[in-house]
Amino acid sequence: MLWPPSDRRSTVDSTADAQLHEEEAGLLASLRAGDEKVFLSLVRRHQTSMIRVALLYVPTKAVAEEVVQEAWVGVLQGLEKFEGRSSLKSWIFRILTNCAMSRGGREARSKPFSALAEEPGEPLVDPSRFRGPESPHWEGHWAAPPQRWTDDQLAAHQTAQIARRAIEELPRGQRDVITLRDVEGWSSDETCEALGLTEANQRVLLHRARAKVRAVLEQQLKAEKR
Amino acid sequence: MTRTAPIELTCVELVALVTEYLEEALTPAERERFEHHLVYCVGCIEYLQQIRDAMKLAGAAKPAEVLTQEAEDKLLSMFRGLKK
Repeated sequence: MLWPPSDRRSTVDSTADAQLHEEEAGLLASLRAGDEKVFLSLVRRHQTSMIRVALLYVPTKAVAEEVVQEAWVGVLQGLEKFEGRSSLKSWIFRILTNCAMSRGGREARSKPFSALAEEPGEPLVDPSRFRGPESPHWEGHWAAPPQRWTDDQLAAHQTAQIARRAIEELPRGQRDVITLRDVEGWSSDETCEALGLTEANQRVLLHRARAKVRAVLEQQLKAEKR
Repeated sequence: MTRTAPIELTCVELVALVTEYLEEALTPAERERFEHHLVYCVGCIEYLQQIRDAMKLAGAAKPAEVLTQEAEDKLLSMFRGLKK
């Protein structure tokens, strides 16, 4: 990736952003004028996500914090040249992922290429959950369908923890994609750009990741009920 | 085996397409087959619901990382330095 990253706006996020843009223009002007309050609020607004995203590339919170600081240096240095063609947020995170990747070393940089090589198609739902050829009219249909989780189960703090642990244990590419998409709530465009993935590859990783997190939840919530 | 169009999806096939469905990456014809299956298959309705639940739970599972005061102070003094 080139340094500094360009602020080319991808075609998809041009919708309904006019207001956001005005707010950002105001933010930018304040930052350029050296408004500390605005800078601090921006730092605080993004710090949680920035640390978590940095942690996808570097091993410890301490290093992640350094990466976040480095990223802000890059942001401040690029501020004059930033043309607002991408959103401020995606520009900031592009700088962050560049910093995190160069800090994370070779392993982090080579990740997009190895992302799909990991684990060749083991089934995402246990094949014994479906009917086999012994029932010709219903082959490939549920034999043991999923059972709805209760509202209490879904609201329990412990259930979210199960999901979190399941995500942490995913192979790297899957973990990165589900972290950006479902934990951080990024769009698929933003995610593809940050991780250097094609739309299709991103979808494959997301598919595997979500299916596995679901399977872990199902198993553990069932065990809990007994 | 002879079948009349549109060929109905099996549950195995629906499960494999669930992310493309949620990402709106299916063609209109595929989407129609997908939704048609959901009309009568309770198991697949539940599967889709659980995938949506898992997505929500992932969003609820954020560890709340914050910068240390020290890191924040460093950033602020850097910001001040840049103004000069």
